[in-house]
Amino acid sequence: MPRSEPLLLDSGKAAPLGDLGRIMRRLNIDGPLLGGLLLICGLGLVVLYSAVGESMRLWLSQLVRLGVALLGMFIVAQMPPDFLRRWTPWGFVAGLILLMLVLTTGEIGQGARRWLDLGIRFQPSEIMKLAVPMMAAWYLHERPLPPRFGQLMVLFVIIIAPTLLIARQPDLGTALLVAASGLIVVVLAGLPVRFMVTLAVLSVPGAFGLWQLMEGYQKQRVLTLFDPTSDPLGAGYNIIQSKIAIGSGGLFGKGWTNGSQAQLKYLPERETDFIFAVIGEELGLLGVLSLLCLYLFVVGRGLYIAIQAPDTFSRLLAGSISLTFFVYVFVNTAMVTGLVPVVGVPLPLVSFGGTSMVTLMAGFGILMSIHSHRKLLPH
Amino acid sequence: MRLLSPIKDHHSERRLFMGRVAMTATIAILLLGTVVARLVQLQVFDYELFAEQSLGNRYRIEAVPPTRGLIYDREGRVLAENLPAYQLEMIPEQVADLDDTLQRLAALQLIAVDDIAHFKELANSGPRFKPVTLNFRLTDTEIANFAIQRPRFQGIDFQPRLIRHYPHGAAVAHAVGYVGALSKEDLQRLEGSDYAGTAHTGKTGVESRYEEQLHGDVGYNNVVTNALGRQVPVDSRDLANALPANESPAPGDDIYTSLDLDLQLMASKALEGRRGAVVAIDPWSGEILALASAPGFDPNLFAVGMSTSQYAELQDNMTRPLFNRAIRGAYPPGSTIKPMLAIAALESGASNLQRTTLCRGYFRLPNQTHRYRDWKPEGHGRIDLLEALTQSCDVYFYEISNALGIDNMHKYLDMFGLGHATGIDISGEHDGLVPSRAWKERTFSEPTDRRWYNGETVIASIGQGYMLATPLQLASAIAAVATRGTRYEPHLVATSQNTLTGERTMYPAKRLADIQLQDEQSWDVTIAGMHAVMQGDRGTARAAGANAKYQMAGKSGTAQVFSIAQDEEYDEKLVDELLRDHALFVAFAPLENPRIAVAVVIENGSSGSRVAAPIARQIMDEYLGYGSHAAQ
Repeated sequence: MPRSEPLLLDSGKAAPLGDLGRIMRRLNIDGPLLGGLLLICGLGLVVLYSAVGESMRLWLSQLVRLGVALLGMFIVAQMPPDFLRRWTPWGFVAGLILLMLVLTTGEIGQGARRWLDLGIRFQPSEIMKLAVPMMAAWYLHERPLPPRFGQLMVLFVIIIAPTLLIARQPDLGTALLVAASGLIVVVLAGLPVRFMVTLAVLSVPGAFGLWQLMEGYQKQRVLTLFDPTSDPLGAGYNIIQSKIAIGSGGLFGKGWTNGSQAQLKYLPERETDFIFAVIGEELGLLGVLSLLCLYLFVVGRGLYIAIQAPDTFSRLLAGSISLTFFVYVFVNTAMVTGLVPVVGVPLPLVSFGGTSMVTLMAGFGILMSIHSHRKLLPH
Repeated sequence: MRLLSPIKDHHSERRLFMGRVAMTATIAILLLGTVVARLVQLQVFDYELFAEQSLGNRYRIEAVPPTRGLIYDREGRVLAENLPAYQLEMIPEQVADLDDTLQRLAALQLIAVDDIAHFKELANSGPRFKPVTLNFRLTDTEIANFAIQRPRFQGIDFQPRLIRHYPHGAAVAHAVGYVGALSKEDLQRLEGSDYAGTAHTGKTGVESRYEEQLHGDVGYNNVVTNALGRQVPVDSRDLANALPANESPAPGDDIYTSLDLDLQLMASKALEGRRGAVVAIDPWSGEILALASAPGFDPNLFAVGMSTSQYAELQDNMTRPLFNRAIRGAYPPGSTIKPMLAIAALESGASNLQRTTLCRGYFRLPNQTHRYRDWKPEGHGRIDLLEALTQSCDVYFYEISNALGIDNMHKYLDMFGLGHATGIDISGEHDGLVPSRAWKERTFSEPTDRRWYNGETVIASIGQGYMLATPLQLASAIAAVATRGTRYEPHLVATSQNTLTGERTMYPAKRLADIQLQDEQSWDVTIAGMHAVMQGDRGTARAAGANAKYQMAGKSGTAQVFSIAQDEEYDEKLVDELLRDHALFVAFAPLENPRIAVAVVIENGSSGSRVAAPIARQIMDEYLGYGSHAAQ
């Protein structure tokens, strides 16, 4: 691969870092992106220590997961975008097969089949978080944009097939995120505005249809959103306690490991889906805004990489990965603050748990690969 | 780049992409803006509301029950105390599967199977995180058994508590009463907030009447709890707004009763194996010295809590152990009212000391054939009032009853307190009954029933017919004879003492209106007659009065049992026994300056002088210092 000194902006940024900057470039690591990610993860680890009740064992296990995820990111960053693109259809088909396997032979946990044990235990739906936008980008790569109607139909199938399989598990949260990651590719590729308007209009009867398909617990979550106090000890409990935690944190928070809502376990799922409330309670508005700024920086850097990307596949994929990351952040924070129904979406890079972190970091690995393997644009 | 798509315009596609990034980024910023706005709303504008709610979540005020006051006898011997005991408690919110947990506890025999439904009801009705007591006293073995299994019982634990204990058990049960688990009705009756931490309340006897003094005032601990309701240690963290100060509970007052434990134990022992009651009163103060009812029951069962079946057994027992015969048992008083009637006859002129009658063993009203029999079939021969009392001649009283009339009888018996509650300071007293014309007219509806018949006056003169009296009333009435007319309301509690300040409160017995006689000699005659009953040559209870080192007065009564209820379970042996006469005896001693008045009633005891009188004698011996105890 030719080492051409690009005419890009970040060469200047890397300069003060000197040798470190050069080493990172050689390792296909994007400095600003890595910096942003490490800051988020660092803040996340600090908060997590408090959220797991100062359990060193749990905290270390998360540290190990983070190490594994970073290693994964590093490996993916070494794969050139062309390589990734060539393997995309195979990966997508394999993912679909695994999803079908999950539905037939997967392990049941908490009323849903989500896990598959093929030597290692994992959730095939995680693969789809990357495979779906990659497949959509692969399909559009050599086609003129904006896509025509027939192509949109193909894209629709690419997106809806895994989405439905995941929704069947049932795992509504992941299904929505997977659909979003694919949809973002289509939007970035130039989905005509009239289509978007039509989609928005159709979403009203669509929502109604979805309501009919939803499981009882899913309906309850939606209902609870509108009136958490209707069932303060049941479904509404999480939202009420979460709002109390965040609200009582005030501007500066109650102090690290001092959040009574979190420490006395009034806040449920404090180390996983509701960890944002722990930050709000213990570090206050200042803490959550800092975190949101870091997220915004990472998303911005990702979009910048997308704009800089040399070809359609890279461009769409980088844009989708960045914006999907944003969707994660938005859905989780909006859910914890009671703006949208509770769907099981963790706060990216902060919530306890390894699977989604590995997928996320792999995504950022792709971003780094795209950025460092780009050629000079043909003008 | 391969030229596969000649119409792919990279420049316009790039522009398109830039546009779309700008669009999605804008949307993203807007979405993030709503989250930020929401955070500002929660953390800035609604901060105080949520801070308050967060505080309310974790601070809980825990009620600390006060220590119940102790109950003593007149010499400071303990009748009711508090012992530490381990209780099995359940916090329903922490129990995952209530049914399963209770079943397994029953399998370990820590709770009774038939109480499971009751516990489930309690678990579902109490305030959040209030413990439900499943077992009020665990034995060491039970504690050990449970301790091994504890990990399998989330939400169940044993706790050290104070539990009421009655060291003398059944012997004092009817006087002291007992405490039992607080019921919904109790909470409505009592000051609810003061009972926030309390599990028991007095149900009967002194425990119930002096509940207010015994209970004390509830205290409060401000505690920090986690979401499972478990108390967490209050350390320095997050307590910028310090907890309000704890408030210590104020222990209840100790109660000193007028009971004499030795006397009480003796009375209870004398009644062993019988159904009946003994009441002993200090005639010059109205203080109750002994108040026993048999059969008794173990009051500790109520404090510890018993199974539904255990309670049913007590409740349905034919001998009615829970029934306080001393104050609730209404018996035909029989001849025990003759001393009062003698006074009535003398005072009203219906008789005098000289009047004699010839007793042939029966009495006939003018123009009637019905024979009213004397207890002695061959009769007493010629007899005057004094002898009539001594020998308990029924015919003499039959004769004077006609001259006296029922309303006069009522008037005098009423003066001695018969026919209405004595006002003793424990509840549940029976009024007794002294009939009169007015009473009969009030009570019955049929004209023939409302009329008073002379024959009814005749049988009333020997304490039969409509007439009813409780052992307490008889003791109180005879105390008034002993004092020659000075009367006090019978009283069980002498003082209470604040355990913190040592301050004593007196509960003196109320002095009632004296009985004023026109001729003080009437007392002398009656008391002389009663003295002869026990210590005269022909006294009906001379056997019981023999070999005494002091002088005493008494009167026996043997009351016919007219019928037994038809719905009682039929048991030939028991029915045979239930048809026997009740044995009664009233007495006081010493003759001069009396210090004790006693009433004894033995249900179906056959003979007042042979069965009841020795018990009265024993009690008086003991109290006056001539008893077995004193000899020791």
